[in-house]
Amino acid sequence: MLLATVVLSIFPLYYMIVVATREQGATSSVPPPLIPGSSLGDNVGRLLSNENAAFMTGMVNSAIISLTLTVSVVFLSTLAGFAFAKLRFRGRNALMLSILVTMMVPAQLGVVPLYMMMAKLQWANHLPSVIVPFLVNGFGVFMMRQYVSQSVPDELIEAARVDGCNTFRIYWSVVLPALRPAIAVLALFTFMAQWNEFFWASLAMGDPSNPTVQISLQHLSTGYYNDYAQVFAGTLLSILPLLAAFIVFGRQIIGGIMEGALKA
Amino acid sequence: MSLPTTTPAHSAEVPPQPGRAPRSPSSFLVRASRWSRLDTKASPYVYIAPFFVIFGIFGLFPLIYTGYVALNDWEVGADTHTFVGLDNFVKILSDNYFWNAVFNTIGIFVVSTIPQLLLALMLANALNKRMRGRMWLRMGVLVPNITSVAAVAILFSQLFARDFGLINWLLHFVGVSPIDWQAHKWTAWLAISTMVDWRWMGYNALIYLAAMQSIPKDIYESAALDGASSRRQFWSITVPMLRPTIIFTVIISTIGGFQLYAEPLLFTGGASAFLGGTLRQSQTVTMYLMEQFYNKFEYGDMAAVAWLLFFLILIFSGVNYLITARLESSGKRGGKK
Repeated sequence: MLLATVVLSIFPLYYMIVVATREQGATSSVPPPLIPGSSLGDNVGRLLSNENAAFMTGMVNSAIISLTLTVSVVFLSTLAGFAFAKLRFRGRNALMLSILVTMMVPAQLGVVPLYMMMAKLQWANHLPSVIVPFLVNGFGVFMMRQYVSQSVPDELIEAARVDGCNTFRIYWSVVLPALRPAIAVLALFTFMAQWNEFFWASLAMGDPSNPTVQISLQHLSTGYYNDYAQVFAGTLLSILPLLAAFIVFGRQIIGGIMEGALKA
Repeated sequence: MSLPTTTPAHSAEVPPQPGRAPRSPSSFLVRASRWSRLDTKASPYVYIAPFFVIFGIFGLFPLIYTGYVALNDWEVGADTHTFVGLDNFVKILSDNYFWNAVFNTIGIFVVSTIPQLLLALMLANALNKRMRGRMWLRMGVLVPNITSVAAVAILFSQLFARDFGLINWLLHFVGVSPIDWQAHKWTAWLAISTMVDWRWMGYNALIYLAAMQSIPKDIYESAALDGASSRRQFWSITVPMLRPTIIFTVIISTIGGFQLYAEPLLFTGGASAFLGGTLRQSQTVTMYLMEQFYNKFEYGDMAAVAWLLFFLILIFSGVNYLITARLESSGKRGGKK
């Protein structure tokens, strides 16, 4: 069963590679192609010169969005998580509870006013519309709060204070280094989630000339042509950053899921 | 290790007594301690402020405002809007297409989730054995989950294509004539469910695996001594012990399932993409939501659908919680007999 599952898990991706590397029209032959060809370069060439999909713009946009948000979510979540876990202040529990409540509300509920705001700010179809609202989220803050309270002993923070560290110095030199494993998981998760984000981007970045990579794929696949070799070259390129991250950090991603850190 | 001069200033400041400055002759120390008191008082709020500012503007405000928008006749791009009370809700709730979308969403959810979670349970059980290359196997089953949703949807649309799709080609070996998967409700549901399951089964299996590993080994040992077969152990020990995890995955799948969007949208493709095909055979509630925007240009109706979707998620999460909790406990009782 295990082997069959692994084969079934990987085969569709293998087939993606096969089609992406075969000549245009190879998918309409019987039997279907099952061995990679040598036309990847041609297919990528057609993909990049396809103005309807603006694929390169999509890749660059998604890289900017995902990297910016990864840095921002990690920084702001660790900062707030540290405050909630280790600093004493009035209203701490009530504020933390309010964050937890917000995590239960689905994104679709606020989507209409959010889009209206973007239209008003003239951010629609520009990068701020998919970056600014997501600079930090409740899940990251909650995850980091849990991790800080487990892995940073109070004595360590007291000792740093006695040594004359101010609060930001404590965060930077004591807390952050201790959070490294959790930061890796949160960073990977944020990057992948943002790279894959589809629903909001389809609304906020719907203009075909300035898409994210996912929206570019949508335009590519719903075009009037059936050039699967080109489309699959696009899907293949679009998952390369994810595959690379998975090959390098697969252990951390699996660890994160199994510790319950990552949720759908 | 610490410098002796700093210790008194800080120990004087540790009990938070406002207005009592440490009696130090050096004005530098006074200033330093005032600064440090400001630091301890203000820092927490400064650190959590970004979340609340961002969330307040882009999260909370839209959530509240969406209630107001839903009560108005409000066209996309219009400068004015009129208050119509619950008219939008009445209109949506009496629209057969809305109920068709609800039916499709629930249908796809049932067709995808039940086999997915059962298979994930069995897969987790298989992964839970000691063996070589465990990490590779786990990575193998998780690969689908890290591929992007658009790529998966496009890939499977081709696999399920009528004319030259791989799946129809395989089926012809067992004598099935080509199926137009996209044209009918059931086949479209099945194809979409396959995409969802392919992407999420390994993920759920890993969650189950994590929970399985926390079950104490001696329970299995004593069951084995009592002569329980491994199948018996699976159903009478593993599954009941996984109860909270199973409930968790059911709820997460419900929330995800009701927001299903990219897969059916890209599977449908073409001009009727938002409708889920010419007969709306695979239009989900979220696609119906977007139809209000792209085809009807109605903010008001869109917000009303968003609220209805939210209520549907709440109701179905509750229902599924009760069903799972019930199934589990009756299974447990059956196992104890």
